[in-house]
Amino acid sequence: MLDPYKIREDFPILKRKISNHPLIYFDNAATSQKPKQVIGAIKNFYENHNANVHRAVHTLSQEASELYERAHEEVASFINARGMEEIIFLRGTTEAINLVAYAWGLRNLKRDDEVIVSLMEHHSNIVPWEILSKINEFNIKYAEVKEDGTLNYEAFEDMISNKTKIVCISHVSNFSGVINDVKRVARVAHDYGALTLVDGAQSVPHLPVNVKDLDVDFLAFSAHKMLGPTGIGALYGKREVLEKMEPFQGGGEMIREVSFDQMTRRCSITWNDLPWKFEAGTPNICDGIGLMEAVRYLRRVGMEDVKAHECMLTEYAMQRMQECQKVEIYGPRDTSIKCGIVPFNVEGLSSHDVALFLDNYGIMIRSGFHCTQPLHQIFKLKSSTRVSFYIYNIREEVDRFVEVLKEIE
Amino acid sequence: MLSIEDYVARIEETCGEERNFIVIFKYDKKEQAVSKILKKAKIEKSISAIIFELTFKGVSFRLYGTGKAIFRNLKEKSELQNVLTDLLL
Repeated sequence: MLDPYKIREDFPILKRKISNHPLIYFDNAATSQKPKQVIGAIKNFYENHNANVHRAVHTLSQEASELYERAHEEVASFINARGMEEIIFLRGTTEAINLVAYAWGLRNLKRDDEVIVSLMEHHSNIVPWEILSKINEFNIKYAEVKEDGTLNYEAFEDMISNKTKIVCISHVSNFSGVINDVKRVARVAHDYGALTLVDGAQSVPHLPVNVKDLDVDFLAFSAHKMLGPTGIGALYGKREVLEKMEPFQGGGEMIREVSFDQMTRRCSITWNDLPWKFEAGTPNICDGIGLMEAVRYLRRVGMEDVKAHECMLTEYAMQRMQECQKVEIYGPRDTSIKCGIVPFNVEGLSSHDVALFLDNYGIMIRSGFHCTQPLHQIFKLKSSTRVSFYIYNIREEVDRFVEVLKEIE
Repeated sequence: MLSIEDYVARIEETCGEERNFIVIFKYDKKEQAVSKILKKAKIEKSISAIIFELTFKGVSFRLYGTGKAIFRNLKEKSELQNVLTDLLL
């Protein structure tokens, strides 16, 4: 079983005080804190191995290349992909989804085709498809969400048809923490010849994810939500799907050859192998290595234990928050279908008021729409407050949070 | 000549129907800003002397001892800037 007290020793920031109160960081769905191992890996790279990757023959470049490639391999292994050729490093989940939209969608989606997007999506899995639909004139159908915040699978299965080309869905809702049965969604999508793009920003950091078992075609996630640095993330894509796709961006690194034809006066280009075909330009080498260190850290802790710890905290928090008269919690209470997120409001107060109040006591939580405005509209919420947990959070912090929440009332 | 920029580090405008402005005062000026505001605005309610429910010229807002304030029901940012000018200068 995970020992959060021991884990806390690895996170320097948790020693901080805010307004003379010990820091309580409950905004993990937005970004996670970083352990000294990740910070150390970044420092070590710049102090000892920094060079550009691939092509150069000198020692430093070879070291940097090996580390960067190993980072791909370890990330692939973390989600049980077949190999590093299925892992593309990008800036994060948003860029990964945009890659799918532009490199796959722009060429494959035509008028009268349909894209299914769930209504619980983060804006990053809505906006690229809306933008692209204005260019390619395909239709977007939004899959309904039930009153308890879970996906309406029956409605989704009624909605899908042979016109559907891709289904875009989050693995875990960043508003409610609801875990979607993406394996079921992928199976149905494949029955209709459609692909599945899964936003794994809230699942890969918090629960065991096995892409072979889920059988999804794409999975996007960000390092910064899983103990790693900002500015790096990954797109998993099935090799056979990625091989058929054209590049997302053009530049160095993603090409094997650019040859000038004297007759046609044009350049002909052959693409590099996967995954480099999709990584144009000098990549974010150092943060890729930071992500590798984050993955190593999570593996040492064990993803089953990560999930169990967060479920325990979520259950405990929901139970303790019920002691507050004016607090309304949204989404399901059953922690077997949700991850470590609790959205709520305090009657008579805006979510920002609640967040600012808690900030006075060193408690960092999120307020607003959490980039899920359509879902808030469905729930008829002007905004909401959200607490989200991670491996370094402890029950005593939940107790303190509830104590302060009672003061607001 | 002082301006509100001397006191204010950032103004966050919240999105959606419930459009609020969150004002974050500069770290080294926050005590001065809080003190000036408390002198000019009417205190409707105070919680532990660190959170104040205030009104000023018909505008209601909440001020936090941490150097942040939330202004509600303002239509434009210019309206907020006028209120801040009157409160701080």
